[in-house]
Amino acid sequence: MIRSEILREIAPVIRDHLVVCNIGLPSQELHMIDDQPSNFYMLGTMGLSSSIGFGLALAQDKTVISIDGDGSVLTNFGTLPTIANNVTDNYILLIIDNGSYGSTGDQPTYAGKKTSLSAVATACGCENVVECQDVDTPKVLQAAIDSKKMTIIVSKCDSGNIKLPVITMDPVVIRDRFMKAVEA
Amino acid sequence: MSIHKKIVDDFVANDVKFITTVPCKQLAGVIDEVEAHPDIHHVPSNKEDEGMGLCAGAFMGGKRPAIIMQNTAIGVTLNTLATLTQFYRMPLPMLISYRGELREPVACQVEMAVHTKALLNQFHIPTYHFHKESDADELDAILKYTFMCNKPVAILTDASFWGGYGDQ
Repeated sequence: MIRSEILREIAPVIRDHLVVCNIGLPSQELHMIDDQPSNFYMLGTMGLSSSIGFGLALAQDKTVISIDGDGSVLTNFGTLPTIANNVTDNYILLIIDNGSYGSTGDQPTYAGKKTSLSAVATACGCENVVECQDVDTPKVLQAAIDSKKMTIIVSKCDSGNIKLPVITMDPVVIRDRFMKAVEA
Repeated sequence: MSIHKKIVDDFVANDVKFITTVPCKQLAGVIDEVEAHPDIHHVPSNKEDEGMGLCAGAFMGGKRPAIIMQNTAIGVTLNTLATLTQFYRMPLPMLISYRGELREPVACQVEMAVHTKALLNQFHIPTYHFHKESDADELDAILKYTFMCNKPVAILTDASFWGGYGDQ
C-alpha cells in the first residue's frame, strides 16, 4: 500500500478525532479523501506535525492524532524525547513510513535504509511504540485510540504518490474552523 | 520582588499558561520561576522551532502560549515564524535573551546579535528591547498587544537588563 491508500483506510477511524496532518501530499490527500473541520492541514513548516499535535494534546483533553512522515520526523528528531518525557494519554503519533520524501520526488530517507524510527522512539523513552505493516494500520490505530495510552505508531508502507491539487483554503480559515472543532 | 518573578507574574496575569523554553544562561532565573509556578505548564523544547510547534498546538487547544529562548534562535525559527505562526495568524510572545550586546564576553554571540533586529524587522515582527530593569514595566502591555493582534512579538532582553554576566 502507498500512503494515500492508508489514509483512505484510516479515514473512518480518525474522522471523529482531532487530526494534525503533515505538510504537502499527506494533507492534500487527506483533504481530498475526507475533509473535516477537525483536520488541521499544514501548508508549510516541514517537521512540526508531531509538535503541533502534541502541544494541542497537552492543552486540552480530546484525543489528538498527528499524522507524520518518516522524512518529517527525521527533520525534527528532538520531538521524540519531548513527547516521551511529557506523557499525555490523549496523544497518538502515526508515522507513515514509506522510506522516502514523497512530496519532493520520492528521494530515499535514512528511515528506509538502516535507521529504525520505532527503535529511535523507544530509545527516546516512548513507552507504547508499535511498528506495523500498512494493511494493519486501521486496526492498530483503533486499538491505540481505545487504549487511552499515548502511542507512537510506525506504519511501514510502499513509496508512491497520486496526482492531486494543492489545498487552496486560506490558512486562517483552516485554523479557525479547526479551533471551533476543538471547542465543540 | 525579583525581576524573574515579576516577568512570570505578568505572564500568568495575562493568562499565559503554556510556556516552552530553550535555555540561556541569562534566562536561568526566569526558567526556574516558570518551572516552579503551579499555574504554568512548562514543556522544555530541544529546539526552538519544535517549541513554536508546541505553542501553535497549545494555542489551538485554548491555552495562551509563550516561548523563552536565546536570540540565536531567530536564525533557527524564521521559516516556522513565517509559515506557521504568521501564516495561520497566531499570537506568540517570545521572551528572548539578547546575547552579543554590551558586556558580552563571547565574541561569537555578536555575530547573531548584529543580525537580530534586522531579521525581526525584515519579518515584520513587533520588537521591544529591555535594557534597564524598569523597561519590564511594559511587559504587561506587550502581552496584551500580542494577544490582541495575533502576531509573534519579540521581547529582547540584553545583559544590562539582567545585571551583566557575573564573574565571567
